[in-house]
Amino acid sequence: MIALSDYLILGAILFGLSVAGIFLNRKNVIILLMAIELMLLAVNMNFIAFSYFLGDIAGQVFVFFILTVAAAEAAIGLAILVVLFRNRQTINVDDLDTMKG
Amino acid sequence: MTFAPLATEIFLLSMACIILIVDVFLRDERRVLSYALAQLTLLAGALISWSMLGNETQVVLHGTFVSDPMAALLKTSILLVTVGVFMYSRSYLVERDIFRGEFYVLGLFAVLGMLVLVSAHSLLTIYLGLELLSLSLYALVAFQRDSAAASEAAMKYFVLGALASGMLLYGISMLYGATGSLDIGEVAEAIALPGEQGIILVFALCFIVVGLAFKFGAVPFHMWVPDVYHGAPTPVTLFIGSAPKIAAFAMAMRLLTEALGGLYGSWQDMLTILAVLSLVIGNVIAIAQTNIKRMLAYSTIAHVGFLLLGLLAGTTEGFSASMFYAITYALMAIGGFGMVILLSRAGFEADRLDDFKGLNDRSPWFAFMMLILMLSMAGVPPTVGFYAKLAVLQAVIHVDMVWLAVVAVFFSIIGAFYYIRIVKLMYFDAPEGDAPLAVSPDMQIAMSLNGLAVLTLGIFPGGLMAVCNAVLS
Repeated sequence: MIALSDYLILGAILFGLSVAGIFLNRKNVIILLMAIELMLLAVNMNFIAFSYFLGDIAGQVFVFFILTVAAAEAAIGLAILVVLFRNRQTINVDDLDTMKG
Repeated sequence: MTFAPLATEIFLLSMACIILIVDVFLRDERRVLSYALAQLTLLAGALISWSMLGNETQVVLHGTFVSDPMAALLKTSILLVTVGVFMYSRSYLVERDIFRGEFYVLGLFAVLGMLVLVSAHSLLTIYLGLELLSLSLYALVAFQRDSAAASEAAMKYFVLGALASGMLLYGISMLYGATGSLDIGEVAEAIALPGEQGIILVFALCFIVVGLAFKFGAVPFHMWVPDVYHGAPTPVTLFIGSAPKIAAFAMAMRLLTEALGGLYGSWQDMLTILAVLSLVIGNVIAIAQTNIKRMLAYSTIAHVGFLLLGLLAGTTEGFSASMFYAITYALMAIGGFGMVILLSRAGFEADRLDDFKGLNDRSPWFAFMMLILMLSMAGVPPTVGFYAKLAVLQAVIHVDMVWLAVVAVFFSIIGAFYYIRIVKLMYFDAPEGDAPLAVSPDMQIAMSLNGLAVLTLGIFPGGLMAVCNAVLS
């Protein structure tokens, strides 16, 4: 039997990895989008684990909503990425620094 | 099952879909019809939600949606502020050839997201409202497709906004685990029970406050604010800087006081840190800016600090002062950014401070309007900014946090420098170019109404303040 705490630790590790991915990645914007997806999936893991161990269905319903919103978010993110690439011919994170002050 | 409490949202959603379809069939020269429809929708929506101001609190849709007087007031102000945003935007969009229906449809969906957020009575509704708002705003920032700065700003906004949503969501999942419910009322009851969930709850609270602070743009989670304000097309900056602040206030009320009111001691400390840092960083860094959109971005951060002061006081007086602040700040913000639009013309962005030089020689009336707006942001009587700051400070002093009030006043005085500098540029410097100021009539009306509203509300703040008090008690 896998305990609730195991799921939570896995969720926390995934969440930590995604946050680290956002802050450490200096190369490619697509990796940022992947890290954002991973972050939402880590939260889903938490919700499902809680929902199962609490015997409450609301958490699983929440997960469906998060999945749907994540899809919409990915669509908008990739659309912005395309616009960015057209204007700048680069998707390197280090090059996104024209505004300063 | 009654749908009456959702009337505003249903109306707005239907109209947004109708405008989306109508716009497809319009030729470019008739595009103004989409604009007119959007404005009518917002005005009618404001009327509907204003009529609900006296209604009893009602929770519908299986406890996910609440209709109470606070929601009615905040919805009315969000809708009216957006009317102002659209009025200011029209000429700018036409001149830059981006006068398209998408701007209004996305704007209406963002407003719908804010309304849902304001009326949320479940953690799920809060998340959905927030995402509907944020996703529409990301798309709006990237709206001017050939602008490199706008697409860069959109990317930054998207990544940091998604990070903030993720943080908030992680906090919500922990809160759900600790309390076993998503309903705000049940969460509050579960927290009130004595138990061993304390650590998990504080852990959840940390993530929720971080998520909130990101959305507010409070220091140290403010790094997106200047870049997004600077890079986005000015009408979008105008939108992001105004109405969403009211929605963010509502979100903080729903999450912190209604759901997590039992943890007041913990979140008060966190908000104190955020507020003090925002006041310090916002006011000091704004002085160094030469771009007015960036300067107003840092000024927003400072104003958010004030807004948080009212929230952390934790009394009804503090909340209503904060609400008053959020509403009046939105009014000042649309005026400030509206002035940038007003001075811009096709092919020229008036976003440097130097572009305000000698405005008094070119147009004394608009210079006077800008004077009122700047004095109001600085908090000089008899403008509304003074009264808003005074109410917040009073609330803070009444809970014996005098040191906080002293810090706030000290940094407002430092902040007054950069507002007064604009007044100096307008009245005492010679204009750089002698291009005549071409202002469309609707813009003139909007700006005059806006400036006079700031002045009138400052002289007679009692009415709005009384409404703010009434909806909270």
